[in-house]
Amino acid sequence: MIDLEQFRQETRAWLAQNCPESMRQPVRGFDDFYNGGRKPEIDHPDQKLWCDRMSERGWTVPHWPKEFGGGGLSKEEVKILGEEMAQIGARRALDSFGISMLGPALLHFGSEEQKKEHLPKIVRGEIRWCQGYSEPNAGSDLASLATKADDNGDHYVINGQKIWTSYADKADWIFCLVRTDNSGTKHQGISFVLFDMDQPGVTARPIKLISGSSPFCETFFDNAIADKKNLVGDEGNGWTIAKYLLTHEREMISGFGAAPKKSVGQVAVDAMGTDASGRLANSVLRQTIAQYQLDTMVFGATMARVGDEAKAGQGMGAASSIFKYYGTELNKRRNELNLAACGESALGWEGQEYRDGALSRDWLRSKGNSIEGGTSEVQLNIIAKRVLGLPDA
Amino acid sequence: MALVLNEEQVMLKDSAAGFLAQNATVAHLRALRDSDNERGFSDEVWAEMVQMGWASIAIPEVYGGLGYGYTGLGLVLEQMGRNLTVSPLESSVLLAATLIGELASAEQKERLLPAIAGGEMLVSVALQEGPHHAPLSCVLSAVADGDDFVLNGTKVLVLDASAADTFIVIARNSGEAGDEKGLSAFLVDAVTSGLTIAPRSLVDSRSAGALLLKDVRVPATNMLGISGEIWEGLNRALDIANIGLAAELLGLSTEAFERTLAYLKERKQFGRVIGSFQGLQHRAAELFAELELARSIVLQALQAIDAGEKDLSLLASAAKAKLCEVAQRTTNEAIQMHGGIGMTDEHEIGFFIKRARVAQHTCGDYNYHLDRFATLSGF
Repeated sequence: MIDLEQFRQETRAWLAQNCPESMRQPVRGFDDFYNGGRKPEIDHPDQKLWCDRMSERGWTVPHWPKEFGGGGLSKEEVKILGEEMAQIGARRALDSFGISMLGPALLHFGSEEQKKEHLPKIVRGEIRWCQGYSEPNAGSDLASLATKADDNGDHYVINGQKIWTSYADKADWIFCLVRTDNSGTKHQGISFVLFDMDQPGVTARPIKLISGSSPFCETFFDNAIADKKNLVGDEGNGWTIAKYLLTHEREMISGFGAAPKKSVGQVAVDAMGTDASGRLANSVLRQTIAQYQLDTMVFGATMARVGDEAKAGQGMGAASSIFKYYGTELNKRRNELNLAACGESALGWEGQEYRDGALSRDWLRSKGNSIEGGTSEVQLNIIAKRVLGLPDA
Repeated sequence: MALVLNEEQVMLKDSAAGFLAQNATVAHLRALRDSDNERGFSDEVWAEMVQMGWASIAIPEVYGGLGYGYTGLGLVLEQMGRNLTVSPLESSVLLAATLIGELASAEQKERLLPAIAGGEMLVSVALQEGPHHAPLSCVLSAVADGDDFVLNGTKVLVLDASAADTFIVIARNSGEAGDEKGLSAFLVDAVTSGLTIAPRSLVDSRSAGALLLKDVRVPATNMLGISGEIWEGLNRALDIANIGLAAELLGLSTEAFERTLAYLKERKQFGRVIGSFQGLQHRAAELFAELELARSIVLQALQAIDAGEKDLSLLASAAKAKLCEVAQRTTNEAIQMHGGIGMTDEHEIGFFIKRARVAQHTCGDYNYHLDRFATLSGF
């Protein structure tokens, strides 16, 4: 315990010295986080500085082993680092799919060589990764993917198309599901490969969404090359890795269901006022907000319960299967209620008076939450079949 | 506190499940309903429950209890919900003993709590006066007369009215409906001049009844708590009671869901089991999700009582509102998914929807608690 207290003191002192003032301001949205890469989007020069200082200690990914560039911190130390950063409002120094998605998969399935090659670059923010999963004809039915990888000695030649590739236009490398074999069932013959996006056979074209932003791309492979040393796991065993990663992604997305800092009820009271008894002026909206806040509170208790069950060695309870479904539906409800509570001021698209349409754009973007990473309907199928044991049609 | 059960709690839950599955099931409830038992529950089963220590789980050790806390009591209530067990555990222990713990003097506690814990005395709280739970609207009058108080008024939904030995009657001796000040609590023996106990037949086949008080005279020493100042204690006791009722509703809903799920896997139409239809699969998956959420908030609320959290109101209303919602949805879906057989008295699933609505209503329904939740949340 004394060691932890010492760690806290040292961390506090180090952060005070090294976290630039500009990195202690709240982010305005996901786009405000620093994502690194060969062609980084720099909104503020301190972003790079902050990332470099943190990654030097491995603290951009504090829980990864030191030998792969991580911080090598224990769970308790990671928690303390998080608390001390929150204390001064320090933002995450680096936010990337390499950290949240590929890293965990490599630690689990990658070879020693692959870990040594790729993980330190993720920690330092040198390489920005994107995920090549969905295809135009393989959305909910992901396993029917058709992007082909032909064996050509020491490398694969890749042809096909991916879609909904997040930030493919900004990424340096891709972790990609490809078909190496057509002879078995659709789940067999899928492989998980890594390759450089900066080559003649790769084209990424952004897709403009209803929210006006373009976080996703169509990605085309025309004789793209992937070195065989970057095949993760065995050839034809990619579906196992894909499922593992999808679970990660779903947990990440379900975090959207967490309670916002300022409650929707408070937003509505500020916007609409109350009656003499202190109740929100519109009783119909009041009821809808109450239902949302109740479900948010209950969802929070469930996240905590599943976490505690895991810590107590009871494994991830069956409850975890509901997170993606419930969390994203909650986030959609929250965004609808923001719109209802704020009225005209939430309908703006551009201009300072509307904060450039922050509310309306978030609202539109939230519609995708229950589609990406497995639709709500797919989640319900999974619960019905795997948890409840109901038979196939 | 971690949101998991410890070993002792798991053992208690398992032993409760085992005992109730043998001795106090839906079939026993049906038999009670169809008999002329006016008390509404089996005295033999209740005696065994007392012997196993269930009546003393949440009562402090100094007053003859086990001091095991409300999480333990909630686990038993959940198992009772699963089996639709009828017993005075809710009236006498969850409600009355809790209220006594909040209001009574040490001398009163020493007299009452060991007797409740030992099952020698059944006590029931008489609070509700109209068709809805509205504790501050209480107007049953208490007028001081020398060393006595004289009570006049009517109470409804008094649990186990026919079996109780003593009632705790909530009355008003000053102020008017809506005021927090002016509420008092009196012990009234079941055999008291001017008190009429009117058994009522509710949809859940239990023995809640009405009390008619006409010039009922009780000594001032029968007062629990400070005259006109019981609101805080009553409010907290009601919060705890609602968390306990939420635990019962959790068990009830879980069982109704599991029985329905089993039926989906067994009933065949169009040449296959109906559980293979996506239209039903998604509804079942949504119910499962709601039940998992419900389980978390009930456990969190029970643990908050035992952790001695000062203000339970937001959690209590959250737990009760959520469980009312989930119980309503689950029992409605249970009938619908069972189809025609679910409409018959012969099938047991109908007992669940009947008990659900009464338990939902008791101490405030969904509308009461969602409104309260919103108010406590600042809107």
